Amino acid sequence: MILLSYNSPYDPGKSFVVPWDLPPSQEHLFGTTSRGQDLFWWLTFAVRNSLFLGVLTAIISRIIAILIGLTAGYRGGWLDRVLMSLNDTFVVLPLLPILILLGFLLRDRMNLFYLAVILGLFGWPFDARLIRSQVLSLKERSFTRTAVYSGTSAFWITINEHLPFVLPIVFATTINNILWSIGMEVTLSVLGLSDLTTPTLGTALFWANQHGALVAGVWWWIAAPALVTIVLFLGLYLLFTSINEFIDPRTRLRLIGG
Amino acid sequence: MTLLSVKNLRAYYRTEVYGISRTVQAVDGVSFDLLPNEIYGVAGESSCGKTTLIKVISGNTKPPLKVLEGSVNYNFNDYKVDMLHISQDELRQNVRWKEISYVMQGSMSVLNPVRKVIETFRDIVDTHERITDKKKFLEQTRAHVNRLGLPTDVLNAYPHQLSGGMRQRVAIALATVFQPALIIADEPTTALDVVVQRGVLQMIREIQTTSGNTVLLVTHDMAVHANVADRVMIMYAGRIAEEAPTETIFDAPLHPYTQHLIHSLPMIGEKSTKASLKGAPPNLADPPGGCRFHPRCPYVMDVCRTKVPDLISVKERHRVACHLVEEGAL
Amino acid sequence: MRKFILKYLIPRIIQFLTIIFVGITVTYIIPRLAPTDPVEAQISTMMAMGSSLDPASIESMRAALTDLYGLSGSPVEQYFTFWGRLLRGDLGPSLDNFPTPVSKMIGQALPYTLRLLIPAVIISFIFGNLFGAMSSYYPKNKALKVIEVLGQVVRSIPYYIVAIVLLVTFSYFIPIFPFSGAYPIGTRPDWSSLEFILKNLEHAVLPAATLILVGFGGWFVGMKSLTSNIISEDYVVYVETAGLSKNRILIHYIIRTAILPQFTALAMVLGTVFSGALIMEVVFGYPGIGSLAIRAIYSNDYSMIMGITIYSIIGVAVAVFLMDLLYPLFDPRVRYQ
Repeated sequence: MILLSYNSPYDPGKSFVVPWDLPPSQEHLFGTTSRGQDLFWWLTFAVRNSLFLGVLTAIISRIIAILIGLTAGYRGGWLDRVLMSLNDTFVVLPLLPILILLGFLLRDRMNLFYLAVILGLFGWPFDARLIRSQVLSLKERSFTRTAVYSGTSAFWITINEHLPFVLPIVFATTINNILWSIGMEVTLSVLGLSDLTTPTLGTALFWANQHGALVAGVWWWIAAPALVTIVLFLGLYLLFTSINEFIDPRTRLRLIGG
Repeated sequence: MTLLSVKNLRAYYRTEVYGISRTVQAVDGVSFDLLPNEIYGVAGESSCGKTTLIKVISGNTKPPLKVLEGSVNYNFNDYKVDMLHISQDELRQNVRWKEISYVMQGSMSVLNPVRKVIETFRDIVDTHERITDKKKFLEQTRAHVNRLGLPTDVLNAYPHQLSGGMRQRVAIALATVFQPALIIADEPTTALDVVVQRGVLQMIREIQTTSGNTVLLVTHDMAVHANVADRVMIMYAGRIAEEAPTETIFDAPLHPYTQHLIHSLPMIGEKSTKASLKGAPPNLADPPGGCRFHPRCPYVMDVCRTKVPDLISVKERHRVACHLVEEGAL
Repeated sequence: MRKFILKYLIPRIIQFLTIIFVGITVTYIIPRLAPTDPVEAQISTMMAMGSSLDPASIESMRAALTDLYGLSGSPVEQYFTFWGRLLRGDLGPSLDNFPTPVSKMIGQALPYTLRLLIPAVIISFIFGNLFGAMSSYYPKNKALKVIEVLGQVVRSIPYYIVAIVLLVTFSYFIPIFPFSGAYPIGTRPDWSSLEFILKNLEHAVLPAATLILVGFGGWFVGMKSLTSNIISEDYVVYVETAGLSKNRILIHYIIRTAILPQFTALAMVLGTVFSGALIMEVVFGYPGIGSLAIRAIYSNDYSMIMGITIYSIIGVAVAVFLMDLLYPLFDPRVRYQ
């Protein structure tokens, strides 16, 4: 679908280019919206943007998670305690109200990039904890001791010796993080708190709600993005579980979704 | 009269992973009897089939373990049980714990970490004789525990509050609540330190003498057998190598493998270093033909490589499976 | 006992205070990072929306806003005033329903949210854990496998989408449940009438079902992986050979131990679940904190949003702390170290 978006015959920014409120047909695969847009082509952009957001968020939060996880795990002691206490705090904090507050204040300036940065800043703690526990176990292994006795500095041990072990975990959790961030975007958009002019899975639902799609009987406007989201999530989730099983069949990731 | 009669037992593990099937011949043609009122030791290296043997004779045969051949028959004071054909319900209700109970390998951790010891007693007793009178149950359990020399307090403790030795004693107390005819003790002292080991062994010995039941004591530790067992069976690679009264096994072992086991025990005043056996125990998925001990045997002969030696009685109560003995060379 | 206080209680209290401190500080910093002057932006938006307030009200609102944002004095002073007001429980008046205090409105909405959230969390926790444990104890059961797949699928999808799907299916295509609200339009809340309570329950079914469905999968998966280790533990094998019934083993030996880390996990996800409940209310038009929040967004009611954020943080922190305090009741190893 992402690739398809480049071939779209319609510009997603424009409204009323096709007849509105048409149910799904061969010509308009998912039907058209009350704003006169072809839903299928519009959604191709939405998926592209949502994935972009997810990946960007994941990259940012991964960097923070790696830094904090490695530092806490390697340095230990009071620094570890402080970082993990902070970490647990971020795990526990109810994110949505905070994001609502942020979105509310930034409203007009909010765009996908900002949103990704913000989500990235909040999306690290579960994985930082995971990385830390991994480093703690690595620390006990003999190759770390060898490196310590041979005088390598803590920084280089962390980078050279531990990072390679940690990267697979980071990789596995990335998809989960992408899912989380796309889900958050959907939520915020539905509340009207993101850049509503950018087509994303969330804004699709927002506009459908704004136009009272269900009341007006334009059910496909809601159903299509919901369906696309479900398929996207399932696909990514299955990818995540298989990667996870590949890396560690017993991983107990109960990340989101509690 | 025999308590248990095992005849020509063959139990294999059959697994099929990704279309590759694998058969481990863990117990391969084992026959022996258990008599009432004795401590019968089973010895052998790890993965020689000891644990599998216990599983089968106690009715814990679950896939991938499968019994191919043989019989396992009990006679508990005229209550006869064919272990390979008994229904699960009858086994659970009437045999387990009432007639056969266990002290398991790693007994240290057989207690539920988040429940008091008394709760485990209650669960086990209630399963076999529904508790109607709680007070009576408490009194009886206290009396039982005290009789075994344990303080009443242990009942109200959580496992993590007890020492390893204490936990092992609790496990033995649990195994004897119904005065079973047979107690299977699988490596009961392995994880304990030497001083505690001695206490636990004494406890087993005492229980056996006072209640006159049978203890099947499985351990790789020959010193333990020397201390408590009446008879000892030596297993090697899924088969019986030798079986004899304890004194005979230690004073006049016939099988080269038994001889090696006995001679590797440290003796007081001895200064020479111990010769170790070359090689490792065979892979039971692909055991050597003939006598399974032949690749490691210092006296190996041509016949050993091709023909499985029979388990023959050399004297009363002394059986051995070795071509050397068959040919009268020893 | 001393060890228990030092090793268990004190760290928990510190953690509790840290959550509140970090949370409140974040909410303090956020408005200050906003690029526009929030007070004037606020006033002008409200004027633009055709607010019919008289000039005197606007002046007092400007004062309230300046005070609310804590924009008088140096940043350090502002920070302390901010805390001072919080400790007095004064979050200012709602801008939309001026001058009703924010605290009062939140107080009215909170019971609705809790009535939805608490049963949903408890139900999903119990069933998710029960089925999760059963699925690793009875690995061949087909029904459990189906449940597992369904649970996994739903778990990965965001709350909002699950809610929409349920709403469209059960109120639009198959109209068995009401479309929105907590009670039929036109009825007055009357908690002494059985009829009203039943109506309220009927309205709560779909939002609660969403929360339960999404939560269920998480508990299921977590419990399954925890119990898959426990079923081969010595103490489980032991009571199996001792002939205990399967139900007794499952409840007293498998679930009893595996549930402990799940309690900890429950505390960890409370924030997420709370966020989920807010979305539910928005989708189903259920009058709780979530609906309050969306109305505040549409009407630019800044102080309400601020209030909701702060109350949520405190609420979740308290809930987590309570769970930490209750935990030793279930785990004797913590109680008697």
